[in-house]
Amino acid sequence: MPMRKVMKGNEAAAWAAKLAKPKVVAAFPITPSTLVPEKISEFVANGEMDAEFVKVESEHSAISACVGASAAGVRVFTATASQGLALMHEVLFIAAGMRLPIVMAIGNRSLSAPINIWNDWQDTISERDTGWLQFYAENNQEALDLILAAFKVAEDERVLLPAMTGFDAFILTHTVEPVEIPDQELVDEFLGEYEPKHAYIDPKRPITQGALGFPAHYAESRYKVWEAMENAKEVIKEVFAEFEKKFGRKYQMIEEYKTDDAEIILVTMGSLAGTVKEFVDKKREEGIKIGAAKITVYRPFPIEEIRALAKKTKVLALLEKDISFGIGGAVYADVGRALINEKEKPIVLDFILGLGGRDVTFENLDEVIEISKKALKGEKVEEVSWIGLRKEIL
Amino acid sequence: MAESPFKEEIERVEKEYSEKMTPGAIVYIPGSSVINKTGSWRVFMPEFNRDKCVRCYLCYIYCPEPAIYLDEENYPVFDYDYCKGCGICANECPTKAIEMVREVK
Repeated sequence: MPMRKVMKGNEAAAWAAKLAKPKVVAAFPITPSTLVPEKISEFVANGEMDAEFVKVESEHSAISACVGASAAGVRVFTATASQGLALMHEVLFIAAGMRLPIVMAIGNRSLSAPINIWNDWQDTISERDTGWLQFYAENNQEALDLILAAFKVAEDERVLLPAMTGFDAFILTHTVEPVEIPDQELVDEFLGEYEPKHAYIDPKRPITQGALGFPAHYAESRYKVWEAMENAKEVIKEVFAEFEKKFGRKYQMIEEYKTDDAEIILVTMGSLAGTVKEFVDKKREEGIKIGAAKITVYRPFPIEEIRALAKKTKVLALLEKDISFGIGGAVYADVGRALINEKEKPIVLDFILGLGGRDVTFENLDEVIEISKKALKGEKVEEVSWIGLRKEIL
Repeated sequence: MAESPFKEEIERVEKEYSEKMTPGAIVYIPGSSVINKTGSWRVFMPEFNRDKCVRCYLCYIYCPEPAIYLDEENYPVFDYDYCKGCGICANECPTKAIEMVREVK
C-alpha cells in the first residue's frame, strides 16, 4: 500500500531519490534545496539507501562528480538551485553532450543581484539551452512524481539526456503537504535497473568518453542531442501513460483547465498553476470565460500542444517568473516559435510577475485579464507587461 | 622508418574503425588516432642530423607524444604522422643534432 506522509517539497524530492535507488549522490548545500541532500545523507547514514554520498566543495564539483559517476554507468542524483545551478552551467552542457541521464532536483530560486533567496524560475529557465530535459512541479506530490518520471525518460535509450525537475522555492520546498509515497516494489518495476549500453566502465571494453570533437564531427554530435530531445516528446507521453497506469496520477506535457470555451487562457508553470486555477474558478462564477494551462514539460517544449491550445482561444496570456532581458519572458519566445507559422493564431501576451518571491495575487491576475480584454477589443497594449510592479519606487 | 611497435593494434583499429556518430560521441575503438593523424597540427618540424647524434636517447625519453622511436642502431626516428612540432626534443638534445625548421606544405 502506498504510504501518505505530510512533508516538505524538499523531502518529497529526497524520497523520490530514495525510491529511484541511485548509486551515487553528489551535492552541495544551497538555499532552498539544502534539505534534499541533507535528507538523503540521513537515508544513507541510516542504511535506508545504498548510495555513495559524495561531499564536495562546490556545485561545480557536485555536478562534475555526477558526470564522472554517470559516465561510469550508474544511476545518479543531485539537487541544487539558483547560484548553485549557475555555477554548474558549463558542466550541464557536458552532461548532455556526453548523454548522461543524471537527474537533478531544483528548488526554483531567483538569481543575484540583488541577492535573493526566494522563488522565481530564472535559474532553470537560464539553463534551457543546455540539453537537459525540464519538468516543473505544481505541488509536492508532483515534485516526487516528476523526479521518478524524469529518471525513466532520461534513461530511455531513445533519449539518454539529463533531466531537471523544478519546484518553487519555499512555496513548495519548505511547505508541508500530504504526499503519497509509492510502493518501492512498483517504483522498482517502473524504473528497473539503469543498465547503459553506451557509457560505462569495463576494463574489457575500453572506450573514450568526452573526446575532442573536430569541426568534422561536432555538429553531428550536437544534432544527436537535438534528435534525442525530439524523441523525448514521444517517450515522455509513453512514460506519463505508464506512470498513470502504475500510480494512478495523470501527467501531460501541458495540462489544460477549463479551456474549451475560454476567450482568454492563462498559461503558466509550477506552483503558480494552482493559484491560476483557483482564479479561473472565481472568474467563471462571475461569468468571465477564462481558462488555464500548465506547462509541465518545458524542455522539450510542447510545440504541438501549444498549437492545439492556441486553436481554442482568442488570447494566450503567459504568466512568467523569469525574464530574458532585451526580448521578454523565455516562454514568450518559445510560444512564439510554436505559433509563428500558424495561419490562425490568437493574440499572445507576456506577463512578467512573481519575481524574487513576490506573491502573485488575484489583483495581479485581474490586471492580466484587464490588459488581455483591451487587446481583444483591438486596443493597443504592451506585448510584454510587468505585473505588480511598484511604480511609486521606480 | 622503423616499424611502429603498435603495428598489430593499428591494423585492428583500421579494420574496426567507423566514423559513425555514437551517443555522447563515445569512441568505442581505442586508438582512433591511427586514422585521425594528429601530426597535421605541426608548424615546425624536427630535422635530424645523424652525424651529430650521440644516441643519448634524451629526445626519445622527452617526447610527450611519443612520436620518436629508436631504429635497430638506436638512432631516433621521427614519426611525422603524430609529431606536433613542440620542439622539446630539439631543446633537450645536448649535441644540437635536432633543428626545428618551418614546415612548408
